[in-house]
Amino acid sequence: MANKKKEKLTPTQQEYQELAQRIQPRRPVLKNCIRAFIAGGVLCLIGQAVQEMFVHWVGFTEKTAADPTVAVMILISVILTSLGVYDKLAQWSGAGTAVPVTGFANSMASAAIEHRSEGIVLGIGGQMFKIAGPVIVFGTVAAFIVGILTWVFQGGGGS
Amino acid sequence: MLKGHQSWVFENKPVILGTATVVGPFEGRGPLAKDFSIIHGDSMLEEASWEKAEKVLIEEAAKLAIENAGLTKEQVQFYVGGDLMNQIISSSFAARTLSIPYLGVFGACSTSMESLAIASMIVNSGSAHYTLAGTCSHNASVEKQFRYPTEYGSQKPPTAQYTVTGAGAAIVSDKGEGPVVTSATIGRVIDMGITDPFNMGAAMAPAAVDTMEAHFRDLNIQPGHYDLIVTGDLSKVGYEIACELLKKHNIPMQQTVYKDCGMMIYDYDTQMVQSGASGCGCSAVVTYGHLLNRMRKGELKRMLVVATGALLSPLSFQQGESIPCIAHAVSIEAGRNIS
Repeated sequence: MANKKKEKLTPTQQEYQELAQRIQPRRPVLKNCIRAFIAGGVLCLIGQAVQEMFVHWVGFTEKTAADPTVAVMILISVILTSLGVYDKLAQWSGAGTAVPVTGFANSMASAAIEHRSEGIVLGIGGQMFKIAGPVIVFGTVAAFIVGILTWVFQGGGGS
Repeated sequence: MLKGHQSWVFENKPVILGTATVVGPFEGRGPLAKDFSIIHGDSMLEEASWEKAEKVLIEEAAKLAIENAGLTKEQVQFYVGGDLMNQIISSSFAARTLSIPYLGVFGACSTSMESLAIASMIVNSGSAHYTLAGTCSHNASVEKQFRYPTEYGSQKPPTAQYTVTGAGAAIVSDKGEGPVVTSATIGRVIDMGITDPFNMGAAMAPAAVDTMEAHFRDLNIQPGHYDLIVTGDLSKVGYEIACELLKKHNIPMQQTVYKDCGMMIYDYDTQMVQSGASGCGCSAVVTYGHLLNRMRKGELKRMLVVATGALLSPLSFQQGESIPCIAHAVSIEAGRNIS
């Protein structure tokens, strides 16, 4: 891919891009990984704490506590998004705050807030899945493929 | 008057009679705060949307510039302006409010100097007595249009730039006191094949260098002719690349002071702006605010402002197109009546 892209460039462009690449700072990948690990871990720890609370104080079982836990995490994420904090946390933690539940909630809430000015139907309704949409689409496609593979390897029979 | 290949020399010396700059709260916390006319405490300016807030920025800047020039809006013959929004809506809505005959221009972040160059040309040719040049940008409306929703948690790379919330406007006149516009060089579109919209500095640097070279060649001058040369919004990454390119092209920049507006408006230590600032408002508020104030105080005699623009659209980069870039240079000198 990178080579294919390069072929289209003129020698001057190639020379310039080499110069630019030498000067511009790279993404600090190692630092980002460590921060993502810490932030993602902290988020999961909070999730675990919430779940434990539901199990010990409200009387849910380990299995049934999952639903209210996810709801609480979504709520936290949406509140932080609305207060304008989540995007700042994300700049620090990178992939750490993109972990499924809170990251997904943030992507939907932020798009809904942003496009409120275009109306409830076309703005919020039409744009809410702007970022989250592809995750659902390709998640479904992946589930479909995995489903077929499971069916094939289990010998074509039912469950 | 055409000089050389792509430059105009304004022999009648159009005067910048009055200027105004209006910025948001984030810019108000930066090191140039004292040079802005109005600093808003709320980035929404109590409007219903980011787009409306942006429109108010340029309306206020235009009205204040007219007032500072000692004029009324009926006396201003033409308004030349543009912005970053699709179909330059902010400027068109402002022109509706101002009801001044209007020429909409688009040069992305180079619009500040593009509009000033055209306004000066109109005045220089005797086609108007007073012309208004202005441009604006809003951080949130630009994020919304070109990138992600403002509150979306995505991590920006160190090459990314922060769009300035601000508007700058200037009244160009054929008489009066103030700094004068002496020449302008209109840039070519340069595309070095950069496709990353989070790396606009690197995309725009070659355009800035091309226009600077053309300016020196057309006017047959050296960089030392100016006390200060500033580029519009290359920021740290683009500025370093531009310095390297200028050195490579044997342009003796050491004769003068070379700076970048994108590196002046924010405080890198306390404000999270990665590479620096960008946007139409960046070069406009730095030039019409900070730099012209310095010139009025007598600290600068001659300066060259090279506003840079990345001419991408939200659609073009999603389709994998590279970023075409442009730069326009305008030289401003302290007027005779300035001490």
